[in-house]
Amino acid sequence: MLPSRFQYHRAATLEEALQLLGTHGEDAKVLAGGQSLIPMMKLRFANPEHLVDINHVEGLAEIAERDGHLHIGALARYRDVIASDLISSRYPTIARAVPQIADPLIRNLGTVGGSLAHADPAGDMGSVMLALGASVVLTSAGGEREVPIADFLVDTFTTSIEPNEVLTAIRVPEAAARSGGDYLKLERKVGDWATVGVAVALTLSNGSIGRAGIAMTGVGLKNLEATDAEASLAGAAPTDEAFAEAGRLAAAASNPVSDVRGPQGYKRHMVDIYVRRGLAHALETANAA
Amino acid sequence: MTMEIKVGVNGTERSADVEDRLLLVHLIREVFELTGTHVGCDTSNCGACTVLLDGEPVKSCTLFGVQADGREVTTVEGLMDGAALNPIQAAFKEEHGLQCGYCTPGMMLVGAALIERNPEPSDDDVRWAISGNICRCTGYMNIVKAIQAAAREKASAAESVSEPANA
Repeated sequence: MLPSRFQYHRAATLEEALQLLGTHGEDAKVLAGGQSLIPMMKLRFANPEHLVDINHVEGLAEIAERDGHLHIGALARYRDVIASDLISSRYPTIARAVPQIADPLIRNLGTVGGSLAHADPAGDMGSVMLALGASVVLTSAGGEREVPIADFLVDTFTTSIEPNEVLTAIRVPEAAARSGGDYLKLERKVGDWATVGVAVALTLSNGSIGRAGIAMTGVGLKNLEATDAEASLAGAAPTDEAFAEAGRLAAAASNPVSDVRGPQGYKRHMVDIYVRRGLAHALETANAA
Repeated sequence: MTMEIKVGVNGTERSADVEDRLLLVHLIREVFELTGTHVGCDTSNCGACTVLLDGEPVKSCTLFGVQADGREVTTVEGLMDGAALNPIQAAFKEEHGLQCGYCTPGMMLVGAALIERNPEPSDDDVRWAISGNICRCTGYMNIVKAIQAAAREKASAAESVSEPANA
């Protein structure tokens, strides 16, 4: 399948990429890993006239902690995230999610930033970042701004990025001392989109729950944060009863549709199960941290 | 629009003037005329189009040819060592690692990349590595065996080469 005609631009620097976007803005797309964009172009769901390749821009692939944040650069690929000792030791929600995304070949190219910018409601990274309270750094020729992920993900395939901006980094609040997390994904086969996905992040404070983050994949028009469930857990004791209540509230907040991957009721039920199961596992990892 | 590119293909620099939208798999098959790389699903699912890009397996239907400019691409044709089969090719033959053969180039390239960094892959390691490649004959048992046999062969070949130096 051939995409529509476009002009390919290889940006050597971020400045060059921003300049190209400043000129071609509305008619341009940024090419990072391309593992969502290129299939969309082949199906002609996306028909950009200009493609700005940022893969040769240096300094965008960083994964590091600084200024109280985990910083994931726009060109950090899934395979880099899997290989990162920092992430595997301190960020279990991310570490558990990434190996479940697509397959090893796609993970060799696909990026966290690209997945977020693509804003597929069946994408896993949106839920992970919602649960962690992350934000994205959007850079234009005029400077940069930081946008909470909840404000960034607007709707299906729609974000609040401006045509002249590049998503240059993701910022995740640095892991607290006693924190844990999990990502559970129900899929028909390896590499499939989530039938249901649940991201959980839990921080303990003096034996009770300090902060709980819960977000859901594939059960709404975008990745959904289960805010009622999160609120019910804040300050509560980490008990099975509290987790069961959070599961019920999250399932109620989910809005799945019946499709080839399963009926609505089944998906909603699996949200309930996965929230409870994810919280229990997050508690174990927090206690072990 | 077209672009003049230079790509290392199986160790030889090739140049071409290609349309921006030409997929890497079509560049390899139609411009470079290396038809060992197959087009399967054309939707990033099956892995029949697998090639190594700077040594890492990728799906060449999900990359543009222009993105390979300045990089090294290895196709199944590049596995041959002169007239001799690569250990992974010999092992697929020996262990009956193929039936119809359509997925085989991709399976062998993924296997070759795996044993390059993991000299002793477990069943799980191999199954994990080939999880982006589909064998519609479902001949996975022998594919796993073949990749493990190639790893053993590669290790023993390396040992016999290094022995004289140790002696």
